Amino acid sequence: MFLALLVAVSAGPGKSAAQEIMAGLSHHAIGITADFDGTEILVFGAIENEGDIVVVVRGPRREVVVRKKAPVFGIWVNAQSAVFRSVPGFYGVASTRPLGEIVDADMRRVMEIGIDGLRLEPADMEPSVRDEFREALIELKQAEGLYPVEPSTVSLSGGRLFRATIALPAGIPVGTYAADTFLIRDGEVVAAQSSPLIVSKAGFGAEIYNFAHRESEFYGIAAVIAAVIAGLAGNLLFRRT
Amino acid sequence: MFQIYLPIAEMSVDIFLLLGMGGAVGFLSGLFGVGGGFLMTPLLIFIGVPPPVAVGSEVNQVVAASVSGFMAHWRRRQVDFKMGGVLIAGGVLGSIFGVWLFGILRQIGQIDLVISISYVVMLGAIGTLMMVEALRTILRRRSGTNVRRKAHVHHWGHGLPFKMRFRTSRLYISAVLPIMLGFVIGILAAIMGVGGGFFLVPAMIYLLGMPVGVVIGTSLFQITFVTATATFLHATSTQTVDVMLAGILTLGAVFGAQFGTRVGAELRGEELRGLLALVVLGVCATLLWRLVAEPASLYSLSPTGVH
Repeated sequence: MFLALLVAVSAGPGKSAAQEIMAGLSHHAIGITADFDGTEILVFGAIENEGDIVVVVRGPRREVVVRKKAPVFGIWVNAQSAVFRSVPGFYGVASTRPLGEIVDADMRRVMEIGIDGLRLEPADMEPSVRDEFREALIELKQAEGLYPVEPSTVSLSGGRLFRATIALPAGIPVGTYAADTFLIRDGEVVAAQSSPLIVSKAGFGAEIYNFAHRESEFYGIAAVIAAVIAGLAGNLLFRRT
Repeated sequence: MFQIYLPIAEMSVDIFLLLGMGGAVGFLSGLFGVGGGFLMTPLLIFIGVPPPVAVGSEVNQVVAASVSGFMAHWRRRQVDFKMGGVLIAGGVLGSIFGVWLFGILRQIGQIDLVISISYVVMLGAIGTLMMVEALRTILRRRSGTNVRRKAHVHHWGHGLPFKMRFRTSRLYISAVLPIMLGFVIGILAAIMGVGGGFFLVPAMIYLLGMPVGVVIGTSLFQITFVTATATFLHATSTQTVDVMLAGILTLGAVFGAQFGTRVGAELRGEELRGLLALVVLGVCATLLWRLVAEPASLYSLSPTGVH
């Protein structure tokens, strides 16, 4: 078959001809500029033989604290908290069919496929409270659009070519993302490919952010000088009054 | 609708909303002769700016607002530089302490609460005092009596050690009192993002006994330096200063203040003060409501390792 040949050829020497899955991204770098209002990335590719495809786009992992408010003397105060060591800053999934029909819960947890498969365990906590905080964490991330509630679909044409779009909202964190593509047959992951995606601040905003974090002394002095100049300019501008 | 991305607050905001807020608060500050930081920080929190960034950026904006006012008073020689210097010494120490405390509160997840409570207490007290004062003056004017205040009252504070002579203010008092006063202002600047003029000006008149003519200029002199210190300390230790945010607010405030000053010249003082008192109490009530109302979500997220 022509496509299979194409895939085999483009895989190049050194790789076995029977590469089950090939995937690519519409872009490998996203710049968050001053007017960034979210974007979409397209994950596309081809598979050798039939199967289901799951695309997972995962943001950089970070330690996150979830705090729970409780009333103290009538005021809502942060009381209990849970520390999650490794929380993806973004987590979006697309699949050819609903995840539950493709892989079982155990496999989802092993491969971290689907939000319910994410291994989010706070350090030193009782299981009952742990689940409560885990759910709260996921709900908060969903509310920010960082863990899209509705999974996207992977569309398969001719049983070989696939494509899926994953929407990235305005508030996505910066860092290295991974777009993982899984080929699943009979509940087993038979092939996978990972493509990196870099999200970074770009333009004037990025320069300000980097300046503020890397050379904070100079940034502080610059902030003061800018304010003094602005104040003096305002004073001179309206001096006649 | 033109969204602008604030790099430190890490959020997109309509630029005209920010210009409008800067203009409105600038208008009020021109109208009433107040700095406006105590209104701007809560407003920024209301539109969703994280409270620490609201404080760090607002303190930066206050530098611009106060340097402008200071220049005007300096030209008229209404600044006691020696007294200002002593107040600044206290203020720098206070802002160092305040920024340190801010960092600790942020790490234990209580900074938002402390900022809100500080504002509720401060705005509640100022709003009530201003309202009482305005009503009393209006009533007095109606009844036609005129009460004169004694400008300089001697009290315990003047008897403390380390006496210094302040020629411009015609005072011979202990340096301990202005240093303590400056210290408190430094803490307010660091934790609340305000210049603190609303507190400093009456304290200089009633506590230190300074002549009214040099009080505003001297307080602006101190506020300029203390907010500049607090800006620098926040930039280096908490990274909460958003120059984009501060710049846009300043732009709006510069123009708003001009209109405020012109309108203020044509209106009566007491009614104006009563009006400002209402605004202050309104902001206070909104903040209080946010503290006592059951939040939409009991949970919140914050990254760890913030300094």
